[in-house]
Amino acid sequence: MAYSDKVVDHYNNPRNVGSFGKDIPGVGTGLVGAPECGDVMKLQIRVNLETGVIEDARFKTFGCGSAIASSSLATEWLKGKTVGEAAKIKNTDIVNELKLPPVKIHCSVLAEDAIKAALADYQEKHGSVAASAASK
Amino acid sequence: MALKFPIFMDAQSTTPCDPRVVEAMLPYFTDKFGHPASRNHPFGWEAEAAVDAARGKLARLIGARDPKELVFTSGGTESINLALKGVAEMYREKGNHIVTTVIEQRASLDVCKRLERQGFEVTSVPVQPDGLVDVEAIRAAITDKTILISVMFANNEIGTIQDIPAIGKLAKEKGIIFHTDATQAVGKIPVDVEAMGIDVLSCTAHLIYGPKGVGALYVRRKGPRVRIAPQMDGGGHERGMRSGTLPVPLIVGFGRAAEVCQESMAEEAVRLAKMRDRLQDMILSSVDEAFLNGRPDRRLAGNLNISFAYVEGESVLMGLNKETALSSGSACTSSTLEPSYVIAALGASAELAHSSIRFSLHRFNTDEEVEYVGQRTIEVIKRLRDMSPLYELAKEGVDLKSIKWKAE
Repeated sequence: MAYSDKVVDHYNNPRNVGSFGKDIPGVGTGLVGAPECGDVMKLQIRVNLETGVIEDARFKTFGCGSAIASSSLATEWLKGKTVGEAAKIKNTDIVNELKLPPVKIHCSVLAEDAIKAALADYQEKHGSVAASAASK
Repeated sequence: MALKFPIFMDAQSTTPCDPRVVEAMLPYFTDKFGHPASRNHPFGWEAEAAVDAARGKLARLIGARDPKELVFTSGGTESINLALKGVAEMYREKGNHIVTTVIEQRASLDVCKRLERQGFEVTSVPVQPDGLVDVEAIRAAITDKTILISVMFANNEIGTIQDIPAIGKLAKEKGIIFHTDATQAVGKIPVDVEAMGIDVLSCTAHLIYGPKGVGALYVRRKGPRVRIAPQMDGGGHERGMRSGTLPVPLIVGFGRAAEVCQESMAEEAVRLAKMRDRLQDMILSSVDEAFLNGRPDRRLAGNLNISFAYVEGESVLMGLNKETALSSGSACTSSTLEPSYVIAALGASAELAHSSIRFSLHRFNTDEEVEYVGQRTIEVIKRLRDMSPLYELAKEGVDLKSIKWKAE
């Protein structure tokens, strides 16, 4: 199976690999997947509590090249988006951008799940602040 | 010597043809193109003589008493199909039970599944954590309905060599036909159907530096005489067991490949084991939590199978595949999208099955290639672990089993 150039690029030059401290203000962490299924993604966002804008994102992924590329791309897309905008990222956007073949669609689904989990974690930790930022 | 890329270390999937094999084959595509069943002209005689010579070489390699005991097929898959279905059909009135193992190759497993649908009962004996089948477990699985024991000689993933003589002895004692899938063993380690009590044996050319598209089935003629119901109807070639025009050039190549293996096997096994051990030492001494799969002292010389915890196999291959050809037990590299059932059968976690990498060395690999592949593998594993959330958690002291994972 040949990989698309974009998958290869993200695999060779993954964007935003790393971790934020979970207790840093504004950080939301999503950990999805399962080791026995062969893929686990950890995706983190750091949100500006004043503006509700995602200022930075990080990921770490255990998984195939397409899973690494999907999560790398997700972090790239998350940066600069508001929390509300981030929630609208769909797995199909990732599939189209990376030209993932049908057998790799689950990688994009997992990336969407990771985004949702990170957002949910952020909302849980910063719900009241986030709501007030959104109302500004 | 300068390295030539890509480096091939996937020799248990296939091997390149040895130039001596190609040389032997060439005349049979052009000048000597006859049909070996043409009994009445020199073209046919020439082709038949070539096929007989190849049959003789292969018979010598596996210790068959009579070259007539060998039937040429299209490869390992067909040989296994013919062996299992042919025996099952022929001996159905005697019984409907087959004993095999959980680590057989796909062809065996799938034939057994089909036979089950047709009313046969199949007992798949588990393997021990080192990949070896306990002969007593096979004994315990035998019933008065058992007509066939089928156990692979050497495993395609972990290279583990089973105690075939002991299983052959057991089969003889019980009067049950014994088939072994020796596709990974023939030509690489000594195989002797007489001394080992093998009644039916499957093998293939392309794993021993011969051409793709030809294999053979050994079917014992004496003590006991094994009968096989043909699965291909037609002109009654190969003593009626496998109709179809024989691919003479491929058979000639198979014969030459067998001959070369017989001459060089002992020396080659030593050389490959030395290279393999070097690769293993390099990797295991530099990478933590890397686990060797299969029993170290009972495996094929060129085989090395390691699970690298916290990294997924396909991502490892992707880091190397521009320059090195390896294979993995990861789900993402299998057509079934399931992780390796062989690694899983060793009792390893599914995660370690996803993380397994197979290095399989061949006749033409060099020491320089081993050094290069070892170094690059270490680099790629380190890079992927730096981006693995599991490695991070493990280093933080988190027990991964304590996390409630949400499986898809």
